[in-house]
Amino acid sequence: MAIGLQSILDLLDERVQSAVVESHDPLGMPTLVIDAERIVDVCRYLRDTPALGFDFLCDLCGVDFHPQTPRFEVVYHLYSIAHKHRLRLKCKLVEGTKIPSVTQVWNTANWHERETYDMYGIVFADHPDLRRIYMWEEFEGWPMRKDFPLRGYKDQYNPFGEEGSPPEST
Amino acid sequence: MGKLIGPPNDLSNNLFFTTVDKVVNWSRRSALWPETFGIACCAIEMIATGCSRYDLDRFGVVFRSSPRQCDVMVIAGTVTKKFAPVVKLLYDQMAEPRWVIAMGTCAISGGVYNTYAVVQGSERIVPVDVHVPGCPPRPDALMHGFLMLQEKIKSGRTRAEEPSALWQ
Repeated sequence: MAIGLQSILDLLDERVQSAVVESHDPLGMPTLVIDAERIVDVCRYLRDTPALGFDFLCDLCGVDFHPQTPRFEVVYHLYSIAHKHRLRLKCKLVEGTKIPSVTQVWNTANWHERETYDMYGIVFADHPDLRRIYMWEEFEGWPMRKDFPLRGYKDQYNPFGEEGSPPEST
Repeated sequence: MGKLIGPPNDLSNNLFFTTVDKVVNWSRRSALWPETFGIACCAIEMIATGCSRYDLDRFGVVFRSSPRQCDVMVIAGTVTKKFAPVVKLLYDQMAEPRWVIAMGTCAISGGVYNTYAVVQGSERIVPVDVHVPGCPPRPDALMHGFLMLQEKIKSGRTRAEEPSALWQ
């Protein structure tokens, strides 16, 4: 049932293979690190190649590795309903750069990308409706970033928060 | 001219004397209608308190679905900053006199959620009359909260002005 990392790599054509920065297999979970610029191409190939058939995006989330560089990572978990196998993709992102949206490949990415944007401030280029999803529109800052204080900033609702306001950045 | 009807002979069986405060407070506390409004897990306990096993109805506490018909708001759950304006709006929509019960640790102080997203105590949005501690409080505790509120209403004044102000 499960598909190994090597058999996935064998199924990739040259164009897609050149986008794979590195590959590993932690705890038996095939993982590919992909060049962020080419994520849409790679995803479409993984979905449309019959032997791979990754037709379901289980999850899409962000990771903040502050203070490392590149700071952010976007992680995709894919599943094939027909073949019952899984794959993890990772894209490393330097702070301030955008990553292309995969909404055109899997519609479900819409809300996942909005969540990632809401929590980490990672901007997804060509997303049809990139606005906050959990926090209210006037909220300032990116709460899941490591440099955001857990208690937030002081306001009328929270006297225990930090003084000041979040730094301007996306 | 018809026959005059005189006062009944035994006045003590037909009249009683009291104060406005006592009568009005009695009517207010005997029909506390809370909003059908729950935010988080405490709302589940609130529902249980209203259902037949614990039966809030026997205190005259009946849940109403419009804030216009209510005089108590039970804040049952974690109030997030995003939701705070809604809680305030629901409070403002109630006709006076109105009371608020903060049910559970989250509603009282924010509880374990001392984070960027949670209001640190509903006292910061609306005036709270009774705090019911617990996480969540058992139905008995909420019932006790309602009884405490009734006690509070019992001892309150119904007129806005001090009596002396009326003579000026």
